[in-house]
Amino acid sequence: MLWELFWSFFKIGFISFGGGYAMIPVIEQEVLAHQWMTEAQYAEGVALAGMSPGPIATNSAVYVGYYTAGITGSVFATLGIILPSVIVIVLISAFFYKLHEHKQVKSAFYGLRPIIVALILFAAFRLAITNPVLREFSWDMMIMGLMILASFVGMLRYHMHPLTIILLSGLVGIAIYS
Amino acid sequence: MHRPLHQTGLKLLWQLFWSFIKISPMSFGGGYAMLPVIEREVMTYRGWVTSEEMSEVISISGATPGGIGVNAASFIGYKVMGWRGLVAAVAGIMLPTFIIVLGLGIFFSNMRDNPKVMGALQGIQMAVIALIAYAGVSMARSAIMDKMTAVVLLAGLTLLLFAGIHPILLIPLGIVMGIVIVKLKERFGLAVRFKKRNINSEGEHDYPNFYFGEGI
Repeated sequence: MLWELFWSFFKIGFISFGGGYAMIPVIEQEVLAHQWMTEAQYAEGVALAGMSPGPIATNSAVYVGYYTAGITGSVFATLGIILPSVIVIVLISAFFYKLHEHKQVKSAFYGLRPIIVALILFAAFRLAITNPVLREFSWDMMIMGLMILASFVGMLRYHMHPLTIILLSGLVGIAIYS
Repeated sequence: MHRPLHQTGLKLLWQLFWSFIKISPMSFGGGYAMLPVIEREVMTYRGWVTSEEMSEVISISGATPGGIGVNAASFIGYKVMGWRGLVAAVAGIMLPTFIIVLGLGIFFSNMRDNPKVMGALQGIQMAVIALIAYAGVSMARSAIMDKMTAVVLLAGLTLLLFAGIHPILLIPLGIVMGIVIVKLKERFGLAVRFKKRNINSEGEHDYPNFYFGEGI
């Protein structure tokens, strides 16, 4: 179990571009394939990962590891996801000094960046459709949908800090569900 | 280890660890937002890297897999004190966020029966969905620079939503598409741009304004 956790996140670590957001659907596939969590449980984990400092993929690894195999599990999952970036950085600083200025690398990123955008947008979509409240039509669903919209506009248009949005949403959630 | 660590070596290791521990809780979003903080600490305050090396840190951390913070910590730690420096810096940047996520995980798993806490979590989930969508849109601003990049984005979304492609397969596909498109553009004599706009810099490094998403 611990090695499976380590290995799953180790593989993901090598392709974890885009601040980790693009890895949300990739980690989900891995988690569902191993039956470590259900979709809804994973979505909760992503919410906790998203409200903490640090890249969301690494934070998700900490949570998935903890949920699956306790604190030891989270240590294995975290080491798994950060080791590849450490290895790549050391290799680059030792051998390929100006790799990022290489033309072929620039071409690769020209195609990779829009794909990363697609993965991130898909991640947001998946989290919305797997949320139990958003699944069926109800007043709660309408309110939650509005909250997503308001949060999005708050960040994009009014440049509100994400932490402010998270705090406000938590308070609205408490007000509605208790 | 047969060679005992020199007194100043231990001190330096501790400074690396401590510098990155201080930076870590500020790394909300994990993106470029933390680079100015790292620059101030390791370049201006500690003098561990030169301005030129810092530019290298920025471009390499952004272009390699993994969070920018972990990448920058590995790079700087390794430069300052080899493997031991790397371990100290990475441990520093990881420890606070690790403890925060773990603490939140433990807290929420023990509060399953509390309607207030579960209500808050439901609300936070909505905010995080918006936050991820916002990261996608911010990144699109720099990634979608011409018609072809827009086509690649639409192709990626179609494959994910309607063809049910495994998300991991999209990464190599994007790399191949990038190389092929640039080759084709050159063959037909079309202009190829790799950056949407050039930001000119005066002295200090320029960073994208967004909290996250910008850069890769």
